[in-house]
Amino acid sequence: MQLTSRLLVAAAKLISGYTVRWKHAMPDTCQRIYFANHTSHLDGLVLWAGLPPHLREITRPVAAKDYWEKGWMRRHVASAFNALLIDRREVKVHQSPVDLMIREMDDKYSLIIFPEGSRNAKEEMNKFKSGLYYLAKKRPDLELVPVYLDNMNRILPRGEVLPVPLLSNITIGAPIWLEQGESKQQFLDRARQSIIRLRDDEE
Amino acid sequence: MLFDTLHPFIGGFLEDSSKLSLPFEKRTAWLIAAVMILLIIGSLVGKLLERSSEERLNSAIVRSFNQRIRSWWLMCAILIAGLVIGRTGTVVLFGMIGFWALREFITMTPTRRGDHRALFWVLVVFTPLQFLLVGLNDERQMFKVLLPIIAALFVPMRIALANDEKRFLERSAKILIGILICVYALSFAPALLYLQIVDSTGQLWNADSTLSANKGLLFFFVLITQLNDVMQFGWGKLIGRNLIADRINTSRTSEGVIAAAASSALLGALFCWVTPFLFWQAAIIAVVISLTGFAGGLTMSAIKRDRGVKDFGTLLQGHAGILDRIDSLCFAAPVFYLLTEFFFTS
Repeated sequence: MQLTSRLLVAAAKLISGYTVRWKHAMPDTCQRIYFANHTSHLDGLVLWAGLPPHLREITRPVAAKDYWEKGWMRRHVASAFNALLIDRREVKVHQSPVDLMIREMDDKYSLIIFPEGSRNAKEEMNKFKSGLYYLAKKRPDLELVPVYLDNMNRILPRGEVLPVPLLSNITIGAPIWLEQGESKQQFLDRARQSIIRLRDDEE
Repeated sequence: MLFDTLHPFIGGFLEDSSKLSLPFEKRTAWLIAAVMILLIIGSLVGKLLERSSEERLNSAIVRSFNQRIRSWWLMCAILIAGLVIGRTGTVVLFGMIGFWALREFITMTPTRRGDHRALFWVLVVFTPLQFLLVGLNDERQMFKVLLPIIAALFVPMRIALANDEKRFLERSAKILIGILICVYALSFAPALLYLQIVDSTGQLWNADSTLSANKGLLFFFVLITQLNDVMQFGWGKLIGRNLIADRINTSRTSEGVIAAAASSALLGALFCWVTPFLFWQAAIIAVVISLTGFAGGLTMSAIKRDRGVKDFGTLLQGHAGILDRIDSLCFAAPVFYLLTEFFFTS
């Protein structure tokens, strides 16, 4: 397993040639939710690989069960980066994804989530799903860290199998929290804006 | 059968490694020593400038000077490592440099979703294949035709297959210019190692150790290109008046280019002992390297200006910006190779 994760990190680096920038944020072992824009199947892997090794061990990307449980290879890869698989199709009442995430996080793990829900093929980011809000509400102690992934949609766009090894950027911004009295929509818009700001700063 | 095709490749490697005790000729060793001394002096000067730069000197220039020296150290280390590993090792090193440069180039160039598979072919298939062909060193010299013929026809076809006609010509051209400069032109530099060179009297040059002698020639070529870059910059700052193309590049002046060509000629003649050229031939060739190097820098500036980036290094923070360092090398390599092949092979 250790070997597979190392290989995965090397492969992620080779394929996406990422550089990581911590902007108004520092690597820290406190519990965090990294939330990022989503354009490629590689997103979760690359963001996870871009973290320093000691954070990688305690950070789990949240990924779609229907994709990552197909076939031996994907299952092996998913377990190598300790992915938390969520069933998108069958959401049970007492087993909502948010509850599952909170249970799995315990008091140790951080998560990587993509609040747009599914991969986005357009220029602009989609509206955020509400999961981030409920996570913030139920666990107000978590740091919500925005991440902008640049160029991933060109490396492995939706519907392609083979990646083109270009270069990409991971920009990690300052954490946000749910403000007192903030409505769900206000919060989700603010979270989305925090990623857009990272993108615009970069250019 | 397979072994026969691969034989020159593997053979070259073995031949080289059996001489590992003296991986290159004495003359090349002298040249490397001279370059090391120059670099040490350069580093010391850079340190001194950094200390005294507060008032009198433009700190941006000092920083750029120091950056150059640093990337030189790296390049020198890579070249020496390549020379020690042998011919094949050098080809692999240049292959990696070309791959990285093309990555930078395509990353900077906007492409459309429909270009994805064409790009996959270019980066994952054609680029390694080109350097493999250089290393195979077959009689028909397939490396000279693979990209300008096969890839140049294949790429537009692959884009057409993707069923997206928007800005079709422009997209094809962008990708093709990328391969032409970053991969094809660059691959002529390691190809120098495979030439059977004769000197101006028609005798086989260094008949006993052609292999290792050619490494010296490659080193000479890289050295002149890089020194010329710095001299163009330096002379331009010192005596430059007239910008050649002010909308494209704000540091290249005609005075700088002429002075750098003249100094390159001097340097070329000075280092002619490592080449098969007589001193005046080395001087002429150095002038050609100088002018083609200038052409490379200017063309790259135009591409960067078009894309609105200053250099490829700032495009993605933390990356060295390999393309910034090798633009002149890319343009000078094919010309230097062809001149050498035309006049100095039998």
